[in-house]
Amino acid sequence: MNTEHCLYLPDEQAMMALGARLAVSRPEGGRVVHLTGDLGAGKTTLTRGWLRALGHSGAVKSPTYTLVESYRLAGLDVHHFDLYRLADPEELDYLGLDDYFDGQALCLVEWPERGEGVLKTPDLAIRLTVAGEGREARIEALSETGRVWLDKFVKTEG
Amino acid sequence: MRILGIETSCDETGVAVIDAEHGLLSHALYSQVALHAEYGGVVPELASRDHIRKLLPLVRQALDEADTAAPDLTGIAYTSGPGLLGALLVGAGVARSLAWAWGLPAVGVHHMEGHLLAPLLGDEPPEFPFLALLVSGGHTMLVDVQGVGRYRILGESLDDAAGEAFDKTAKLLGLGYPGGPALAALAEQGDPARFSFPRPMTDRPGLDFSFSGLKTRALTTLREARTEQDRADVARAFEEAVVDTLVIKCLRAVQETGAERLVVAGGVGANRRLRERLRAAVGAEGASVHYPPFEFCTDNGAMIALAGLMRFQAGAGEDLTIRARARWNLAQG
Repeated sequence: MNTEHCLYLPDEQAMMALGARLAVSRPEGGRVVHLTGDLGAGKTTLTRGWLRALGHSGAVKSPTYTLVESYRLAGLDVHHFDLYRLADPEELDYLGLDDYFDGQALCLVEWPERGEGVLKTPDLAIRLTVAGEGREARIEALSETGRVWLDKFVKTEG
Repeated sequence: MRILGIETSCDETGVAVIDAEHGLLSHALYSQVALHAEYGGVVPELASRDHIRKLLPLVRQALDEADTAAPDLTGIAYTSGPGLLGALLVGAGVARSLAWAWGLPAVGVHHMEGHLLAPLLGDEPPEFPFLALLVSGGHTMLVDVQGVGRYRILGESLDDAAGEAFDKTAKLLGLGYPGGPALAALAEQGDPARFSFPRPMTDRPGLDFSFSGLKTRALTTLREARTEQDRADVARAFEEAVVDTLVIKCLRAVQETGAERLVVAGGVGANRRLRERLRAAVGAEGASVHYPPFEFCTDNGAMIALAGLMRFQAGAGEDLTIRARARWNLAQG
């Protein structure tokens, strides 16, 4: 069983496609995915591809200011977090943000390191880095479901 | 008529008292004022969005500075959305509870309506109707304002807000976050002819914005940057692109609506280059440009008190529901 998988993404379309593949291979139920990488690494582009694949056709606004943008797509609640502006992980509690991780919703979390200690271990952790003209993605499975997910993801490759 | 206004939609805790005859009597913002010990006892340094512990001391301070006691108030206005649900609930809960205890009516106000009406807090308020550009770290939108409660959104950002693009590009330039003003300062040293960045979404009709691509463009260009001059040139190219894009869209909106007044609210409205270009471009169309007083460009309680006052004057009344809406379309009222 896979616990880690790396792939190279030459352009924005490839990053969107990665999001779509993760959407398609996702096991049923509430899932949590952490997205790390510097500014401009493609975290929001990946999310945009993911939401498009789930049928979202409108704008994908940056959640940097609002901390979270929520969507309801085909019966699934999707919460797109950006914790960059979180001053203290404790804020997740008194802003009520921990209520969003209800085991039913899909939670995509950018800058999860800002919530360290309060956020629980995700199913998948995806690290994006700039590599030449493109980006490299390293996907790590951190739960049993995450490993099933990653296995299925690898099989859908190509 | 005298109204207490409460804002807790995001980062700032703001409280203000406004009077229909005497204007703004007081406004207190947690991030700007040190709470006096007499209002809150020993106040430890609170986390930025800890509205619960900040709000009541701020209410006491605002009422005291306005020389106002509960029986002098006519009503309470609070931001009921859009924003962070947990943050909104604090302001909404406190406003409704105080109103209940003091036997006053309370009204929920749209946060963006507050920003739209903030220019009316100035010494020379613009008359209705006007066109408004809201441009901050959280928002970029063009709104046709016919009067209180009569708003039509003409266009908005599909991804990053303009101020957010400034802040993130400043971070890429090593200027810290948020760093919009620092970026503008660095751009002063830059050569506008060195790099040319795109003006997103200006080559097609419509008034929507998109700024996230400029951040990526800056990142790509910075890879070749070696010297301080290179970085200044990137900053300049970025600022030119954002300012140009905003001006092109404002001009288009003025031409499409025939507006005679443009109001610019939000933190990015402080950008000098934006102000110069807007004055020239919009002025050439025969329209004037207006800005709210500087302290009311960013989130504050005064704009919510004002919006509430105007709502009450128009006969607003609500049941006792505590209203907090994370998402709320301005045009749906």
